Amino acid sequence: MLNTYNNNQNCIINTYKKKLITLKKQANIARQKIIKVTTEVESGHLAGSLSCIDILVVLYFMVLKHNPKKPDWEKRDRFILSKGHAAPALYTVLAMSGYFKEEELYTLRKINSRLQGHPDSKKLPGIEISTGSLGQGLSAAVGMALGYKYDNNNGQVYCLVGDGECDEGQIWEAAMFASSKNLENITVIVDRNKYQIDGRTEEVLKLEPFASKWNSFGWKTKEIDGHNLEEILESLQDSRGRRVAIIANTVKGKGVSFLENNNKYHSKSCCREDCEEAINELCKRLELIE
Amino acid sequence: MNLKSTRDSYGETLVELGEINKDLFVMDADLSMSTKTCFFAEKYPEKFFNAGVAEQNMIGIASGLSKTNKTVVVSTLAVFTPGRSYDQIRNTLVHSNCDVKIVVTHAGLSVGKDGSSHQSFEDIALARVIPNLNVIVPCDAIETKAALTTAINTFGPFYIRLGRPEVPIINKKDYKFKLGKGLILREGNDVTMIGCGIMVFEMLEAAKVLEKGNISAEVINMPSIKPIDKDLIRECAKKTGLVFTCEEHSIIGGLGSAVLEVLEEEKNIIIRRIGIKDTFGESGLPKELFEKYGLSADKIVESIKRYVHK
Repeated sequence: MLNTYNNNQNCIINTYKKKLITLKKQANIARQKIIKVTTEVESGHLAGSLSCIDILVVLYFMVLKHNPKKPDWEKRDRFILSKGHAAPALYTVLAMSGYFKEEELYTLRKINSRLQGHPDSKKLPGIEISTGSLGQGLSAAVGMALGYKYDNNNGQVYCLVGDGECDEGQIWEAAMFASSKNLENITVIVDRNKYQIDGRTEEVLKLEPFASKWNSFGWKTKEIDGHNLEEILESLQDSRGRRVAIIANTVKGKGVSFLENNNKYHSKSCCREDCEEAINELCKRLELIE
Repeated sequence: MNLKSTRDSYGETLVELGEINKDLFVMDADLSMSTKTCFFAEKYPEKFFNAGVAEQNMIGIASGLSKTNKTVVVSTLAVFTPGRSYDQIRNTLVHSNCDVKIVVTHAGLSVGKDGSSHQSFEDIALARVIPNLNVIVPCDAIETKAALTTAINTFGPFYIRLGRPEVPIINKKDYKFKLGKGLILREGNDVTMIGCGIMVFEMLEAAKVLEKGNISAEVINMPSIKPIDKDLIRECAKKTGLVFTCEEHSIIGGLGSAVLEVLEEEKNIIIRRIGIKDTFGESGLPKELFEKYGLSADKIVESIKRYVHK
């Protein structure tokens, strides 16, 4: 009996480990796609896409209840990318999930494309609401959570905000509203990469003490390593049915040595030579994943 | 003459519509007593959400809420929305084609004693320039009810502008509102007056005075600022050749500008805009302010007489 139990446990642990390895590989491949696409179209916010891609990979491939063939499925969990400029990361996981063909990624920011510079909900299935002007996505996410609560819909609403974005007063209005209405179905993930366009967040407009701010606004708050897939997975799953702010400590440009913490790539892409070098580096890292 | 404020009619209509439409939700930004959404809040407390003094968040919450298959009406004063929450209206609400109706009260000079900080002369211009946002300015309680009902039964974003004071009821009970349509309230051959909101009554009064001086004035109520009734405007302008627009709003960007845009390619038509002449307002009684700022019926008569000599 005890052996059967242990065998089952081992089996579960092995499956979990395999899943994590798969996720790590997917995150690496997603990074490659983001870099290739933004280089090809010579545009797009690269560094902030790379800082949040691990979170998006875990969300879309392990956490979200969603159906790419039926984007309007009523019982779905919702995801809102409040930092809309990380659209290349979102489009990549949407394509990898099957919302549209991966070739379409190369239409990013081109004329007549569904893949606008910032997510356009009227154009692309899977985009819950248009974002791009910072500070606004969280309010919409809270509104959706409010609607779900009224409808007794068990779906969870996940919203990714940038740390620089938290300069906006509206973020805190939304945070206050969510706790005021006792919403227990919303997760905020802050991509805490510590940079915004004009420089370091702590120099442009100080956010710290950041976690305690969220906490004092009525959110259960957790700080994680935003590139540790296990920590991301655990914290996202734990937040279901609760009101949680996850401060994900990340690195801008994560995954490629010369892009990391290099704010030059906030709103631009790599040149072709740099792209090649970045892809080579990621391919080497991919081989090492086990 | 029966008097009733458009905001009272709004509050009552919301309650009636809440009975029919189970997916109707209402929000306010701590002004529900003023905007009269308090009637709905009292009847359907579970479907009313107060955002507090936070107009930007209110627009965002309403947008998100509407995306769970609900129709949401949001209210505050015209001076705070669209102004305070403009980016949110543009980039979240309208950009995402949310089924949200923005209904604002206390528009224009007739706010009176609260003064210039609370007198909105710019909101029609701000709303009108956003693509796919319908803009409506009802003139009385009956038109308010009809327009609100149409807005709630029509998917997509609307901006509806109401006033603070009691205003005369002009329309008959069987009045039908049609989006994009104006109404000829009085036929005339010498001059065409086109107005909206509280100014419709002033235009009708002005027409009576003008008639005594043998000036035949046409009065057109234009509640639908966007879409606007281009055919009616062109037809009437060609007939009289003299058009006066009347609005409780800046002459820049409002109804007057919309009419000018319609008539830009027409020849031999004189167009004059009556409204607030690119200035802030001040405290005072609405009647006094209308005199001082040239919006009262007798001031409209004076303006028209400068162009029609009989």
